[in-house]
Amino acid sequence: MYVVVAGGGKVGANVARSLLRLGNEVTLIEQRRDHFERLEDEFEHQVQRGDATELYVLERAGITRPPDILLALTGDDEDNMVIAQIAKEKYGVPKVIARVNDPRNQAHFDLLGISPTICATSGIMALVEHEVPEHDLIHLLELRRENLEIVEVQIDRDSPVAGKRVESLTLPEGSRLISVMRDGKAEIAVGSTSLEAGDQILAILEPGKEDELRRVLLKR
Amino acid sequence: MKALIIGCGRVGSTIALQLLHEDWDVTVVDENEDALSRLGINWPGSFLVGHGMDADLLREAGIEEADAVVVATDGDNTNIVIGQVAQKRFGVQCVVVRILDPARADFYAARGLRTVCPTKTAIDTLGEAVRACEIPGVAKAAV
Repeated sequence: MYVVVAGGGKVGANVARSLLRLGNEVTLIEQRRDHFERLEDEFEHQVQRGDATELYVLERAGITRPPDILLALTGDDEDNMVIAQIAKEKYGVPKVIARVNDPRNQAHFDLLGISPTICATSGIMALVEHEVPEHDLIHLLELRRENLEIVEVQIDRDSPVAGKRVESLTLPEGSRLISVMRDGKAEIAVGSTSLEAGDQILAILEPGKEDELRRVLLKR
Repeated sequence: MKALIIGCGRVGSTIALQLLHEDWDVTVVDENEDALSRLGINWPGSFLVGHGMDADLLREAGIEEADAVVVATDGDNTNIVIGQVAQKRFGVQCVVVRILDPARADFYAARGLRTVCPTKTAIDTLGEAVRACEIPGVAKAAV
């Protein structure tokens, strides 16, 4: 497939290299002269110098073909948003992935309909949450387009649901239990599944229902 | 009427002063504290230091009650994003965005953003000026 990668910093260059290794056709766009010159040694004609938010630069990189996918991976969120909008809406690029540098800008990407996005900081924070055991509700996966998320909850001895069956619980509207992990074995949660202290539960829910779910499962 | 000006450079500060003289209630936002000096020593309006991409700051600056927002920082893409946030997230009816690049100005104008492109204006004005020149020995081109 043909891929345009906007931004030749560490992320963009590594992604471009990986895509090329897999046999794809890639054009990498980098604005900064010193970065560009270093990249040119490795990528030769597959890297172009310019501001990827300029239409003529994108056109020179073959955006009108259009590419199968465009990756907006610069270190600047505003640039990534504009590149993604132009690629999608002006040139009809079917798939666009944008990098979020500052997680506080995620809402702006969402507002402008730019999806999927990838944010290293949010990913690291999710891992921290996952690895630090005192957090009682861990975000595992955000399904942005579906407006749902998957979380993990650890049932402890004080939990009001320990010893109860799933069908007897009053879960918040817009949430459902997916599975129960006990002694290293996972089972799909059905009505007759009973919960025990020590169980790790996966639940799917609408964002913002975490506190309600926490209250039902953990009484906190 | 309440106006919010994002970016207090030469353009933003002058518009802020003009609107103030036309009895608008004006709030100015700039990343740089020093930009306040562009508004003169007796600036009676509000001035907030921070980035226009920060939704909390925009709220603090009163964007939810603003009748007009002028976005004129020195970054085209920053202006494009802030303009769309003001329009789509905060529902401001009158959002005016400065975009120096004519191509991007056209694209976003077609998508419903009120864009102003000084570069285009400069090109038109310079072209007119040069065509209006009387060049000795050459008949003036018919316009």
